[in-house]
Amino acid sequence: MNAQKTDALSAYFLAETSDVLETHTLSIIVDNEPGVLARVIGLYSGRGYNIDSLSVSETEHEKHVSRVTIVTTGTPQIIEQIRHQLDRLVPVHLVRDLTVAARNSNQEKPLERELALIKVRGEGDKRLEALRLSEAFRATVIDATINHFVFEITGRTNKIDQFIEILTPLGLVEVSRTGVAALSRGSQGLKNLQDEI
Amino acid sequence: MQREMTGAEMVLQALRDNGVEHVFGYPGGAVLPIYDELIQQDAIQHILVRHEQGAGHAAEGYARSTGKAGIALVTSGPGATNMVTALTDAMLDSIPMVCITGQVPTNLVGSDAFQECDTVGITRPCTKHNWLVKDVDDLPRILHEAFYVAQSGRPGPVVVDIPKDVQFATGTYESPQANPSNHKSYRPQLKGDMTAIRAAVELMSKAKRPVFYTGGGVINSGASASQLLRELVDQTGFPITSTLMGLGAYPASGEQWLGMLGMHGTYEANMAMHDCDLMICIGARFDDRITGRLDAFSPGSTKIHVDIDPSSINKIVHVDLPIVGDVAHVLEDMVRIWRASSFRSQPELKEWQTQIARWRARDCLSYRHSDDIIMPQYALQRLNAAIKGRKDVYISTEVGQHQMWAAQYLSFESPNHWLTSGGFGTMGYGLPAAIGAQVAHPDGLCINVAGDASILMNIQEMSTAVQHGLAPKTFILNNSYMGMVRQWQQLLHGNRLSHSYTESLPDFVKLAEAYGGKGIRVTRPGELDDAIQEMIETPGPVLFDCCVAQLTNCFPMIPSGKAHNEMLLPDEATDEAVANAIDTAGKSLV
Repeated sequence: MNAQKTDALSAYFLAETSDVLETHTLSIIVDNEPGVLARVIGLYSGRGYNIDSLSVSETEHEKHVSRVTIVTTGTPQIIEQIRHQLDRLVPVHLVRDLTVAARNSNQEKPLERELALIKVRGEGDKRLEALRLSEAFRATVIDATINHFVFEITGRTNKIDQFIEILTPLGLVEVSRTGVAALSRGSQGLKNLQDEI
Repeated sequence: MQREMTGAEMVLQALRDNGVEHVFGYPGGAVLPIYDELIQQDAIQHILVRHEQGAGHAAEGYARSTGKAGIALVTSGPGATNMVTALTDAMLDSIPMVCITGQVPTNLVGSDAFQECDTVGITRPCTKHNWLVKDVDDLPRILHEAFYVAQSGRPGPVVVDIPKDVQFATGTYESPQANPSNHKSYRPQLKGDMTAIRAAVELMSKAKRPVFYTGGGVINSGASASQLLRELVDQTGFPITSTLMGLGAYPASGEQWLGMLGMHGTYEANMAMHDCDLMICIGARFDDRITGRLDAFSPGSTKIHVDIDPSSINKIVHVDLPIVGDVAHVLEDMVRIWRASSFRSQPELKEWQTQIARWRARDCLSYRHSDDIIMPQYALQRLNAAIKGRKDVYISTEVGQHQMWAAQYLSFESPNHWLTSGGFGTMGYGLPAAIGAQVAHPDGLCINVAGDASILMNIQEMSTAVQHGLAPKTFILNNSYMGMVRQWQQLLHGNRLSHSYTESLPDFVKLAEAYGGKGIRVTRPGELDDAIQEMIETPGPVLFDCCVAQLTNCFPMIPSGKAHNEMLLPDEATDEAVANAIDTAGKSLV
């Protein structure tokens, strides 16, 4: 956090930049102990931050360590605040802003994938059209009867959004999505990512 | 050490192993096993309060006046919820506190059992961390961790919630680790980045209009931090101001002292903040009561911010040079580098000092004295004269006008002698806090400067003081109003004094006597000195009913929505100026 000294007058007026909203993907390594997710979520609701997407699962079973991936929207100052506020939680081992880390390595975005299960009901042409589209989107059929399909699709959030939108007139029944899982590109692990702005 | 014992025994053993001598608490069903252990030992003294909130504030006063963690012990359900205000207060002011709560037995958790509440759920946002202990074998580790978390880094309150069956269960006790800083995930950064510290010292050597803006972080960092701060101020010759929480870190008698800054700070402090070219913020957090209007906050300055909590940096005000680290560690490096590089302050510093002297000459704390009615400012000046030179005086306050006047008119020479609820503004803080300080300093003089409204919020703790032979003196500036509320109603709401007048106050002299203490009432300025002396010499607790001018306002003041250089000074505070002090935009900022 020890940023470089700048010579210019300070940009103390926070409102100046507050209109620029950015969406960032944060990776958080936490102890998988009771209540840890409540701490993370409570911090967001208590301080008025946004959660666009959240996914969490234990990733290192021996150490009881979980990885939380949060996609969040805010001004750059707010996102910096979120990072530090998360880091302040006692069971949090590590917080990294994958979006900033990607930018610092001249990449557009970190690797982000989401999985969705989508149920579609229909007959005749609509049913055929749904199946044809699923092939175009590389979705797989994981359940079917003569009047329904359940598709499994993996991809970037906007790809899934698009697939769902296209299926809507073809008899969309319901959707379940995992939220975004993300990793940085390249050989470095989370700990060695450079995410200082 | 490894030994088999019950959970309740572990609690006492862990308290002893962490150096605890005093516990503030209130028993109840879910903590009875711990209370049963308490009575069978002598090492730890228990102070029985009259309301759990009192235990919390007493623990805070104890912590603030010693630098050690304060300990509170309460039962489940209402015991725990009554602690919430004190926990939040400690959270906002970064006070180390370990609160142990009883909980219903594990098999009943979640069943809406008698006196059950989700203590860890309720206290999650108002603690630095909390734990629900489900297995007695985890208890020793969690208790030791609780002490480490509460006292290290940016200090704060923690809660350990212990179900009754865990208190009865037998497990293996282990002593605290030799090196608790090996925590798996929580490792606060103590040393500041040397490149940044060097850059800071260089900026200081080039500054023409510098100011130190210090806060409670200096006090939390320990006695050496205050010592180093004084050295740095002496070496640089820079003027220094402090937040409410930081009073005492630099002595009020010090040559460079500007007085407190902020909404009710001095004219010279706020003007220096506004016009400075270099602001060195040490252990303070740009609170809204400090900054005033943000877009006009110190517009021409380069800002350095030293703080142990990275989330404090750039939270409110963008700073040019952040230094994350413990104040004492960073100051030590700063003093060393300043010395080693034989830096000198700029010659223009003299002009800056002259300018400051001109501001100081406005005498912003002046007020019109009366021979007939006690002005609240005068009462505090007489109190200050009576305690001057004593090193064993601990001042606590409640919240309101009296608190601001105490900050303005009492002089604090050393850290840990000023106990006040800054961030959270908790009425009812002062009396229990004075009790906590008195427990830690039995021979000290603990004075709670109070208002007639806020003293009633935890007045029951008089009974605690009498039971335990403690002698806090409560100095009530009695104006029959919630003075600060009334002042704001005058400023903002057309002087419609909606419910800010207390119609039937108790007779504080009789009330003191009813509790077994002493009551003193003073109504005339000429009687003050003798009465204050009598209060100080009384061996037991005192309620000092100082009847003051009822409609006095607290000035100077930065009205809401205004900048540091738009202060309302007492000699300008005509009725018209007061009525127009806050514009429409400011009204929403209160």
